[in-house]
Order: sequence, then C-alpha cells, then structure tokens
Amino acid sequence: MKTFSIGGVHPADNKISADAAIEQFPVPEVAYISMSQHLGAPAEPIVAAGDKVKVGQLIANPAGFISAPVHSSVSGTVKGIETIKDLAGNFCKAVVIEVEGDEWVETIDRSAEVVSEIKLEPKAIVDKIKEMGIVGLGGATFPTGVKLSPPPGKKAEFLIINGAECEPYLTSDYRLLVECPEQVLIGAAIMMKALGVTKGFVGVEENKPKAIEILKGFHSKYPQIEIVTLKKKYPQGGEKQLIDAVVGRQVPSMGLPIDTGAVVQNVGTAFAVYEAVQKNKPLFEGIMTVTGQCAAQQKNYRHRVGTPLSKIMEVSGGIPENAAKIISGGPMMGKAINNIDAPTLKGTSSILYLTEEQTKRKPESNCIRCAKCVAACPMGLEPFLLNKLAKAKRWDDAEANKIYDCIECGCCSFTCPAYIPLLDNIRLGKATVMKIMKSRPKK
Amino acid sequence: MKQLLVSPSPHVHGEANTRKLMRDVVIALLPAVAVSIYFFGFSAIKMLVVALVSCLLVEWLIQKFLLKGECTICDWSATVTAVLLMLNLPPAAPWWIMVIGAVVAIGIAKMTFGGLGQNLFNPALVGRVFLLVSFPVIMTTWTTPEGWFGASVDAVSGATPLAFVKEALKNGATVQEIFEANPGLSWSQLLFARVGSAGEISAIALLIGFVYLLARKVIRPHITLSIWISVFVFAGILWLANPARFVDPVFQLLTGGMLLGSIFMATDYVTSPMTPKGQIIFGCGIGILTVLIRTFGAYPEGISFAILIMNAVVPLINMYVKPKRFGRK
Repeated sequence: MKTFSIGGVHPADNKISADAAIEQFPVPEVAYISMSQHLGAPAEPIVAAGDKVKVGQLIANPAGFISAPVHSSVSGTVKGIETIKDLAGNFCKAVVIEVEGDEWVETIDRSAEVVSEIKLEPKAIVDKIKEMGIVGLGGATFPTGVKLSPPPGKKAEFLIINGAECEPYLTSDYRLLVECPEQVLIGAAIMMKALGVTKGFVGVEENKPKAIEILKGFHSKYPQIEIVTLKKKYPQGGEKQLIDAVVGRQVPSMGLPIDTGAVVQNVGTAFAVYEAVQKNKPLFEGIMTVTGQCAAQQKNYRHRVGTPLSKIMEVSGGIPENAAKIISGGPMMGKAINNIDAPTLKGTSSILYLTEEQTKRKPESNCIRCAKCVAACPMGLEPFLLNKLAKAKRWDDAEANKIYDCIECGCCSFTCPAYIPLLDNIRLGKATVMKIMKSRPKK
Repeated sequence: MKQLLVSPSPHVHGEANTRKLMRDVVIALLPAVAVSIYFFGFSAIKMLVVALVSCLLVEWLIQKFLLKGECTICDWSATVTAVLLMLNLPPAAPWWIMVIGAVVAIGIAKMTFGGLGQNLFNPALVGRVFLLVSFPVIMTTWTTPEGWFGASVDAVSGATPLAFVKEALKNGATVQEIFEANPGLSWSQLLFARVGSAGEISAIALLIGFVYLLARKVIRPHITLSIWISVFVFAGILWLANPARFVDPVFQLLTGGMLLGSIFMATDYVTSPMTPKGQIIFGCGIGILTVLIRTFGAYPEGISFAILIMNAVVPLINMYVKPKRFGRK
C-alpha cells in the first residue's frame, strides 16, 4: 500500500462522527459573512446597509489576483458592514445580513439531479470557478481558480483529489465521498478538463474502506480517475506528502506542487467545483463535523457560511461541561477557538471539543536526544536542532538547516517524549527566516 | 463565562514520554537481571540494591543541593544507569565499589553536565571504565556461574572467555587448540551462561531485551545492527586471514560485553547520533574499534572504550550528517 516516504506519525483515529449523515443546519437569524475567507487580499463588499440580497447573490468582489469573491448565504436585508472578531480573535470585515425567508437567486439549479456532462470549455471552467468564489477547502483556502491556472512554463500532468483526511476526528470529506461520490468525481473531471490533463487520482486512506469501495464502483463510468488506497499515516493529506504517496514524486525545496506536474485539490473543493460549474451554485455552504469524545452529539452539518459557531454549538447539544479547548479543524493543525461567536467560513471544517486531559500541555522537561522528532518529521528536518536555533535566534543557521521547509504539521511536538513545544519555536523561527529571505534583493 | 484553553497546534500529544521510555529500558533489562540473580544469588541482589540506592541518592542530592532543580529521580533514567552499572560489574565485587561507580556515573558523568540529556558520555560506562582503571584486580575477578560452565574451566576459573582466549593466544596456543581443550567455549554455552560480569553471562536474556525495545519502539535497530555487522565483517576478515591467530566472528559477537554494550549502552539516546545515517556511522565505529582493542590492545574487552570514544565523536557526526531531506528526488 502506498504512503509518503519520510517520517510521519500515527495519532489515534477517533473518527467517531463517521456514521452521522450530513444534515442541513438551519439558516441563522443573522449571518456574519466575513470578507477574509480565503488566502490573499480580503474581498471588497459591493453592498451597503439597507440593500436586499438573495441567497447566492454576489456581495463582494475579489481584491487582487490572489483573492476570491464572496456570495450571500442567506436572503434578507444588509444591516451593515462591521468589523468582527474571527474564531482566532483577529479582526476582519464582515457583511452582516438580517435574514428574511430563504429566497435563492433563480440561476442556481436546486434539483437533486446529477449532471455529468461537462459543457464548458477549459477557459470558461476556470472563469466560472473564480466567479463562484471557490477556494481550497482542505485547510489553506487558496483560491481554486488560481491553482487551476499554472504559471507560464509549467504544465500540469495530472490531478490528485485529496481524500486522505488524515487528521483525527474529521469526517466531512468522508461523508461527502460516501453520500455524493459521483459529484466529487465529476468535480475532478471538470478540473481535469480545465487543466487539460487526462489522468486523475483520488487518494483515500485505508481507514475509509466504505468510501474506497463506493468510489471504485464508478470506475467504468470515470475510468480516467484512479482510486488510490493509502496507508494510514499523518500527514498524508499534506499536499507534498500526498503527491509523494500517490505518484512517488517529491516537490523540490521552495518549489510548488506544479513542479512535479501535480495539481492537488481537496474532496470538498471538488464537490464545490461540481456545484459551481454544473449547478451554477456559488460557494456559500460548507460541510463541517461537530465531534469529540465529550461532545453531546456527533454531527456532520451542511452549514451556511456566516452562521455563528455558538449557534451550531447550541443546536448540537451545547458546549460540554468538561470541554477545555474547542478546535476548528483537526487536532494536529486546527486552530483553537478563541471567540465562539465568530461565524463559519467557507473553509470551516469542524468544531472539535477536547477535554483538559486530552489537550492540556504537560510541563516540558530536558531534551533526551531520542531523535524521535527527526524520525517523525515528514520533511526530513531536525526539529530538535531548529527548536534550539530558533530559541537562540541563530537565523543564519536555521536557514542553512532549511527551517523554511517546515510544513507545520506538528509531528515533532506530537511525538516529543519530553513535551517540548518544538513547533511553537520552529514556527516563530520560520516566520522570521522567511521575512529575512524575502527582504534580500533578488538576484 | 467558561474559560477555554487557547494555544497553537498540535492540540494532542502522542503516547511517548521520557518516563515511559526509560521505564521500558528497565523492563528490557529485567531478563538479564533475573538471570544474574539466578546464577549469583544474594550477591547479585545486594549489588543491585546498592546500585539503585546510591545512583538515586547521588542524583537526588545533586539535583536538590547543587543544581537546585526539580526532583528528577522519578524519570527512571538514574534507575537505568543503576541497573546497567550493576550488570557491568563482577557480582562478587565489594559493595563499596558500586558506590564509587555510582558517584562517578551519576555525579560526574551525568549531573556535572546538567543532568539527563546533557551528558556527552554514557554515565554507566564512565562509571565502569573508572572502576576498571582504578581497581583492575577487583574488576577482573569473575565468579563462575554455578553448575553451567562445566569443570573444563577449573584451571582458568575467574577469567572471562575473552580474557582466557587472549591469554592463551599470547602463550602461543592456536585458536583450534584452545577451543578443543575447552568445550565450555562452544556457542551453545555462550548463548546461555558464561563467566563474566552480571550482565555478560546470558546472551539470550539480553536478546530478549533487544526484541522488547524494538517492539516497543524505544530504539531503532540501526546502531545495534551496524555494530554487529561491522564486528562480524571486520573480525571475519581477520579470521579468514589467519584462523589460528584470530578467533571467529561469532565468538566475537557472543562474548564479553558485546550484547550488553551494543543493545543497551551504545543505543543510549543522549550519547548517540540523531540521524539514521549518523547512527550507522556511530555503530560501525564502535564495532571496528572493539575488534581492534580486543585483538591488538592491552585489554581483553574493548567495547566500553569503543563506545566512549565514539560518544566523543557524536557532536561531530550530528553536525555533518543530516537526515534525508524531502524534495531531493
């Protein structure tokens, strides 16, 4: 069975919400639609207080090449454009809409019929994806249209759909693969057409046998897309690790995935692309998991973007008494929620409750030089050394030891028997080193 | 209002921690301890108790009164050193030798550098070598395990197979003559019981510990295997060149502190390299130095010195040998 070649760890799976079918989460009374839902410049609102909007109506334009438009997820009256705090506590601009009814723009095809015929030409597909505000839903929320337009001189050879979902607890991609497998495959086929490639892969980890079986059942209909079963290992879903696992090519240091001929898109993104291109539906809904051993209920929701997290917590049984930390995303790379009233975003993938026992950091002790961090690092770095160099502010040495290659997967901190917060220090060091590298005059 | 924890990722931690790892090393050493108690009875138990008490006490005292840090004796690392020290000494040695060994091992080799994780040399080995150099007679007076190592070695009672063979070779005998005259040196005997320090007497017990360490993922096999392979290859070349003058490679692997050293001392986290490639270089260095010292040096056994010499090279190996980076394919 295939997997990536260097490092990796095996955190407990904990996919306890895997059997909860996706439910439609009720439309909120007030939606807070953030302008910063993607990597890159925040979108610029084009509505003002008092405007009436419908579900799916464009409310903000992209502000630059790496940016994405934002559409309303509800119908009602715009209350205003406010500065709100996101879930990590950072300020961002948001369009606040008082909800009235649920009236969709007429152009969206709301039928359940699966449309498999791809009518649009490659250029039109990319334009459509950009217009519909599709962003990568695997975590980084990079605008999908940009990723589907390789820079001049670079040529895509194949598309890889990321169905690894290697983070413990998360099950939203799994549910999509089980409930809407054909839509995901059509989404993949659309992106393959846009890229002009004839070969596609869907990488799924072995712990999702049902999804693998269902996808393989579509082989005769979509023979150009190969389903690849991957060994369970974190961080398989990392872009670089997935390419290595599926086709055995490694993205060069400081390079882009396209340097190996690969374009990687998440399962959720493929589904969003399907809806955008075949159903004319902008990205204003997302699939998210509500889970944790202490959670009152295990849920997978389709939520409207802009729904306050606190509302979702309330409907799904409330914040458990013993929850010490609430995470948006997986336990390895997710963000700890600082503001439970923050709204959901396009890329919000989960609310995960962890108890103090599960998540509280233990006091750090001496490094015993066990080299477990070196063995675990999927990028072949020496976390113990980078930690030391970053703490000592030895930026030149940190750069020489490739601190900039760190993907911040957290394997080192996870595995450290002395509970040293390796990634905390490396992350700071990496940011500083990257800043220094950028400030140098280009040759 | 409920207070929530907020911190950067990752938000969960794996199973491993220092205490568990060190405890696993102690568990892996238990078969060897059991065998030595079986053969040497009360004297082995006495040595173990003295080693434990003195190692833990020295660490506790230094941590409390000199370093003024938190108590560290619960992390099991001093226990590992104590058990290793006990297995490294002749079971019949006087108890105060063990106390001196513990003071040197923990006090000088470990705590002087700042405690666990900071030391350059393996503490138990420093203790052993200090004693070997300071009390050569006591440290090389070995008791024969009762009932196992037949009457054939009566004449050389008190010498380890390595010392015995070396002495005989020096007196002009060929390897064949020595082995024919001493059936007690056969492989099967070496596997189960032989003359030596408490930890040297049973190869099987040590190998069980090795399998346990690998199964529990406490260590990776790189260091141990590269020691064995390099000893086998180097000793094999010598043996092929002149089988009358040099003992065979399997004898080299099964005798002396080879197994105890390669499984439990060379693999010490703190004093071994961080990368697989570095660990292989480290292991090969130990293997070659051991055979060199055993064959051409003044001492019959050389693995303690070989490990300590290679310990000193570790910082250099760490500086120049880097792991295989991602993106070089």
